[in-house]
Amino acid sequence: MGEADSPSVASVIEARNLSLTFETGDGPVHALSDIDLSIGAGDFVSLIGPSGCGKTTLLRVIADLETPSDGSITVNGVTAEQARLARAYGYVFQAAALYPWRTIARNVALPLEVMGLPARERRERIARNLELVNLQGFEKKYPWQLSGGMQQRASIARALAVEPDLLLMDEPFGALDEIVRDHLNEQLLQLWDKTGKTVVFVTHSIPEAVYLSTRIVVMSPRPGRIHEVIDSTLPRERTLDIRETPEFLDIAHRVREGLRLGHSYDD
Amino acid sequence: MTRVLAAISGAGGLIALLLAAAQDSTGPLAVRAFGLLVVLAAMLWLVRPVELSKWPSTVVAGGLSTVGAVLLLSQLDSITPAAGFWGATVAAWALAWLFVERLASIESRRQLIAWSLRLLIPLLFGVWLLVIWELCTRGLGVPQVLLPSPSAIGARMVSSTATLWADFKQTFLHAVLIGYALGCGSGFLIALLIDRSPFLQRGLLPIGNLVSALPIVGVAPIMVMWFGFDWQSKAAVVVVMTFFPMLVNTVAGLAASGAMQRDLMQTYAAGYWQTLFKLRLPEALPFIFNALKINSTLALIGAIVAEFFGTPIVGMGFRISTEVGRMNVDMVWAEIAMAAVAGSLFYGIVTLVERMFTFWHPSIRN
Repeated sequence: MGEADSPSVASVIEARNLSLTFETGDGPVHALSDIDLSIGAGDFVSLIGPSGCGKTTLLRVIADLETPSDGSITVNGVTAEQARLARAYGYVFQAAALYPWRTIARNVALPLEVMGLPARERRERIARNLELVNLQGFEKKYPWQLSGGMQQRASIARALAVEPDLLLMDEPFGALDEIVRDHLNEQLLQLWDKTGKTVVFVTHSIPEAVYLSTRIVVMSPRPGRIHEVIDSTLPRERTLDIRETPEFLDIAHRVREGLRLGHSYDD
Repeated sequence: MTRVLAAISGAGGLIALLLAAAQDSTGPLAVRAFGLLVVLAAMLWLVRPVELSKWPSTVVAGGLSTVGAVLLLSQLDSITPAAGFWGATVAAWALAWLFVERLASIESRRQLIAWSLRLLIPLLFGVWLLVIWELCTRGLGVPQVLLPSPSAIGARMVSSTATLWADFKQTFLHAVLIGYALGCGSGFLIALLIDRSPFLQRGLLPIGNLVSALPIVGVAPIMVMWFGFDWQSKAAVVVVMTFFPMLVNTVAGLAASGAMQRDLMQTYAAGYWQTLFKLRLPEALPFIFNALKINSTLALIGAIVAEFFGTPIVGMGFRISTEVGRMNVDMVWAEIAMAAVAGSLFYGIVTLVERMFTFWHPSIRN
């Protein structure tokens, strides 16, 4: 059950017949099977599904952190590896993964140092992106002096500092409590609206997926595949209150149905 | 615990008071006075009109124990120690213990006080160890050959500074430091090579393991044959001893960075060297400093023992082996004391540098 291209926007990510099989001691594991997906510029796409459905693996294939065993993938019209080498995306992991020996400012500076940017440019980007995630004033703190939510915001600033058009986020708020999560969801949405970036967002929370996304990709496990793609009819500008509207609940219901149909109970 | 110590000091004071009172000469007068004071203090604490936990009690305990120590040390000069000497010793020692225990329980938020307490407590402890050592060896008339008193060792150190300095230069400044630098440096570089090449990992690591298992008493004479009698052969022994801990620790440290953090560097399209310098080496620092600390003591042991197997007529190991043969045990102890101080300082400096570089590590940052 693939999904047709949205012809109106240029395609940022194109996956065709994508498969990935891990060879393990207990035989092959089909992490991804026959994935067809295209994501247009400016989309906010959520990958949702139960654990083991390959949503993180798909994101890692897009980021060229895994190599598919079959099929093709292009990012910005080039191969995933070329895109990675061109620093086409910013990646936010499940944990903040900040380096404890660097201050917050120098953590944000890390990708910029790797890219070889001059010091003045680095300083500007650090200031700009820390402000974007509301962390100005914390430049000289070390990561272990901040709360989990602030650490994750710093890691988002670090991904944004690369100034990519594409943001790949792997359950970035999974480890945070509900209140912090709501707050960060709201901020992320504002950020997306302000910058017009394309976002691919992995989550296993239905409200989070529906609240954030313009398109929701429902995946199912064993083998990991796309079950259904749901286009959101919600307006682009949303507040947290939208979660009480019938429209929101209707989409959430469709996602829940999709997850249930795609889930196999034979194990 | 503090009450038990107060009781012990009181009992010791009482014994000193009674025994000294039985003699009429003027010598024991001071002992008598000291015993009386201790008994009074202990009674006040035990009957509890004065709380032991209050700071005046702490000051009194410290003051009395110091007075006792000075008094007892001065008694050593007379041919036979005054009556009540050992009772007073027990009393003074218990008071000193009490004092240190009270100091250790102080929790100050003021940085300066906390810091000076951290320095003062082990210092007091060490000084009292020396006092007891001095009182026991001289008070009981222990033969010099078995255990010289600290004062005899100190006198020997003062009278033989030129010899000690020459030995220090030969063993520590040459064999230890140069061997340490070469051993740690080569261990680190080989670890980097091993990290780059799986072939070396399979081939070199087992050989490194073999080298570490070589007995130092077997290696030392061979190194003397290869590199001659002077410090170069001792430095070679130190290299052999320090190489492997550094190699293993660095290899383990380079593998210590998490998968997520390495993926992060990959998303930045960082090269091998960038990943090495920005992620893997900082992550390996706690391991590398462990090796540096282990090696700082290993190097000194290695250099001293290696001198037992052929050396010019200078060096700490040489001095120890020859002076033992001549029954000059105080000189042996002087060398041991110097080795202990030098080794501790070396270790302390490495630890200080470690704190500067790995302040972020969970084991240090709190």
